[in-house]
Amino acid sequence: MHRDALVIDGVSFDSRLFMGTGGAPSLSGLAHALTASGTELTTVAMRRHDSTSAGSLFGLVSDLGVRMLPNTAGCFTAREAVLTAELARDALETNWIKLEVIADDQTLLPDAFELLDATEQLVARGFVVFAYTNDDPALAVRLERLGVAAVMPLGAPIGTGLGILNPHNIALIVERSGVPVVLDAGIGTASDAALAMELGCDAVLLATAVTRAQDPARMASAFRHAVIAGRLAAEAGRIPRRDRARASSAMDGRPDL
Amino acid sequence: MIDITLNGRPHGLPETCTVAELVAEVTGRPLRADGRAVDGGGLGIAVARNAEVVPRSRWVDTAVAEGDSLEILGAAQGG
Repeated sequence: MHRDALVIDGVSFDSRLFMGTGGAPSLSGLAHALTASGTELTTVAMRRHDSTSAGSLFGLVSDLGVRMLPNTAGCFTAREAVLTAELARDALETNWIKLEVIADDQTLLPDAFELLDATEQLVARGFVVFAYTNDDPALAVRLERLGVAAVMPLGAPIGTGLGILNPHNIALIVERSGVPVVLDAGIGTASDAALAMELGCDAVLLATAVTRAQDPARMASAFRHAVIAGRLAAEAGRIPRRDRARASSAMDGRPDL
Repeated sequence: MIDITLNGRPHGLPETCTVAELVAEVTGRPLRADGRAVDGGGLGIAVARNAEVVPRSRWVDTAVAEGDSLEILGAAQGG
């Protein structure tokens, strides 16, 4: 089977499923889900060190050998996001950052103005920026011009599981992007991830859809297959949609019955 | 003793304390002069002092002063 790798900043990924670590009730459950997903890249947030917590996420992910992509979750301003990125770079020794600058905690939607400001600053400081963004084709172009490594449009608001609300915009973003497009946020179930890949996305990032599923490891496995299926379908080229039925069995040679 | 704020809470420290000593105390992991753990494992920790990053390489020669606000951060679960 032909399986092309995704390359970002010189790093090659066989799996096009990126998995977040948010929402998992236990570290051991998370470890099972990460393994079942087959992911090679996982996001982590930067929070106050808690010496009372049992086990360490850093240790767990390091042991699994999965690359860490720190995020700036919870930042409302470019200033906070840049400082958080700097702290993540020092803590985790990576210049990769998932840039997330949200407008308010009701919608968790990206604040375009702060996002562009932070992107410009982080690129200038040598970060490899994965920009979490709205499903806005114009904004995606702006981010690419500023030098992001990947644009990550949302399918739907974070944690909603509503799927891809505007497939047309996602397809437009993909069509015009010169950098990898990662569908991020809003995924609810396997078919949403398959659709993202069929629309031409280079990868899918999700967390809640797995970590809050009734059986996270099983759902992680479902997503692993869905992303592969969607990618294969996109490469294979779907049939055009038709208004009328078209028989696949020949009419010639029918018996007289 | 000096009084500082550590991760949002009041915290008392000896007069002469470096960021490295504070990190070692909080994490329970002895540190080398370059800010890495003596046990060789990854630490996964970063420090902000008064809203500015103190790079790991500077922990050992950065003194904590009365009234400082220190944030010691690590990787946590997040999307």
